[in-house]
Amino acid sequence: MSIRTSRIPAENTAQAITANRLSDGSVIYLTAKDNWSERIEDCQSAPDPQAAKVLLHQAQRHAANGHVVGPYLFKIEHENGTPVALGRREIIRTRGPSVGTDLKRPI
Amino acid sequence: MYRYDEFDHAFVAERVAQFSGQVARRVSGELSEDEFKPLRLMNGLYLQLHAYMLRVAIPYGTLASHQLRKLAHIARTYDHGYGHFTTRQNIQYNWPKLEDVPKILAELAEVEMHAIQTSGNCIRNITADPLAGVAADEVDDPRTYAEIIRQWSTLHPEFSFLPRKFKIAVTGAPSDRAVTRGHDIGLRMHRNADGEPGFEVMVGGGQGRTPILAKTLRDFLPVDQMLSYLEAILRVYNQLGRRDNIYKARLKIMVESLGVEALAELVEAEWAQIPDGTLDLPIEERQRIAAYFAPPSYVDLPDESSALDGAIAADASFAAWVESNVHEHKQPGYAIATISTKPHGGIPGDASAEQMEAIADLAEQYGFGEIRISHKQNLILPDIQKTDLFALWQALGILGMSAANAGRISDIIACPGLDYCNLANARSIPIAQRISERFSDLAREREIGDISLNISGCINACAHHHVANIGVLGVDKKGTEYYQVTLGGVSNENAAIGSIIGPAFDEWQIADAIETIVDVYLQQREVGEKFIQTYQRIGPQPFKEKLYASD
Ligand code: SF4
Repeated sequence: MSIRTSRIPAENTAQAITANRLSDGSVIYLTAKDNWSERIEDCQSAPDPQAAKVLLHQAQRHAANGHVVGPYLFKIEHENGTPVALGRREIIRTRGPSVGTDLKRPI
Repeated sequence: MYRYDEFDHAFVAERVAQFSGQVARRVSGELSEDEFKPLRLMNGLYLQLHAYMLRVAIPYGTLASHQLRKLAHIARTYDHGYGHFTTRQNIQYNWPKLEDVPKILAELAEVEMHAIQTSGNCIRNITADPLAGVAADEVDDPRTYAEIIRQWSTLHPEFSFLPRKFKIAVTGAPSDRAVTRGHDIGLRMHRNADGEPGFEVMVGGGQGRTPILAKTLRDFLPVDQMLSYLEAILRVYNQLGRRDNIYKARLKIMVESLGVEALAELVEAEWAQIPDGTLDLPIEERQRIAAYFAPPSYVDLPDESSALDGAIAADASFAAWVESNVHEHKQPGYAIATISTKPHGGIPGDASAEQMEAIADLAEQYGFGEIRISHKQNLILPDIQKTDLFALWQALGILGMSAANAGRISDIIACPGLDYCNLANARSIPIAQRISERFSDLAREREIGDISLNISGCINACAHHHVANIGVLGVDKKGTEYYQVTLGGVSNENAAIGSIIGPAFDEWQIADAIETIVDVYLQQREVGEKFIQTYQRIGPQPFKEKLYASD
């Protein structure tokens, strides 16, 4: 897998919330239904810093109640209406390790 | 092999029970992540990019076959079917579930293993020469002392919250295969003029953002005074180490700022405070531990094996494997075999559950059931009769583990990098894969000969890139992965830190850059010269000129 696209997001890009699930550490995203999903496509997007702040607050409440660990904001953009992660680290978190190996089951 | 005594069994069982309770309280919400994190780290459990990661200690890199089978079983039952061997002679599991970790720890305890002190600011797993006890050039088996240090340092109440993590490596041989100068304390056994064994004590080595080679604090420390002297060093460090700044907290920074002479005085003064005999083990106890590492019952054999010679003559691929992967044994008729975890294009250090089980079987069939893990992320079978090498090699071929590349350019040390690691700036594994594929021609690899190439995904330098002949460091430049190259590092008894050769390369240029470096060496070398010798003779300039010719 090539990860060539990792542009520096502009200041005012949309953001979403990601965290790791407490039970298995899986990468999860905060959804519009105030739920968590393993699919970035389901994430709730915050178009501006004010909305992002509200989302983060919401996510921190989940973290305080257990079950999710270390929520934080990250930058996204929309491709044909679907949210995709910006930045190499978040792209890798979304897709799983970029190394093809027959030693690993696909996640 | 060392066997746990009652104390070992009791404390490991107690820790498993404690951690089970802690996980249950975390899952029920009784413990917050802030409260739980230090507890899980004390049991080797990290949270990485995609999942938890459990780091299990393999003391001084020695495993019995039943332990390796257990590691395989854990990989299959609780993980994705594989494990990753590290430069610290540990194994890491990349996908355990939180609720399974107490079960994993209980299974490990069954085979006298654990994950304690594989994280945190304490004395970490004691590493050692992977050829301990079998190398032809050895003074004495360092594992007796590594085990004594393990027992002393495990749950040592005074040293559980040091200013920073603390790494100790031990070797019993003049050839340094344990990177002793890259550790907080390196111990190298040698004999004094009277023929008594003792240690050269080196302090303040470390990699990371400030790579420093350890300096000799004491030329000769009698082996029977080892623990009290280590205790004195740790006490001085514990008092004076910088707790205010994580980047300055390692012993190496203290040694740099105090100077090794001043540190020696402080250590001697502290040492004098420790009453004689209160810490150091009586000879009977040392002998008791040494007995666990007594040589196995070798058969009397002639050193030459006509079966081996015949197989070498008949099969060029086998001959190449023997040339790179077989090491001289101290016992006539025996050999040490390195099993490479680095097939061309593979992931350095990864082994599947099936591979681990098969290697455990081979260790029993052809050896005495012992396996070593090297800091180069390879596995080693220490006691193979020369006559059996061909059969072993064939069996390894079926497992996809017969790469004839130990010590060669595709024997790359690579850390997990940004594919797994939360601290990474760039990926390391795909770069290692690309480079090793580039050098997949066996004849070319043999032509290039002995060389080391290590790739770290960030300045923490887990892959020891500073002390590689060719070091590659992943950096982030405005959101893009770049790879900085250092040349001239050495990890053996002539340890040296490499120097940056010039501007970094992107992920598509780095394999070409490595090829260019190798080409310069091949063009410039004199007969019999290894890469590092050519580099030391001609310096960086010819490499720079070729690498940046078009700039
Ligand atoms: S060197 Fe950096 S990226 Fe690699 S394993 Fe260590 S901390 Fe992670």
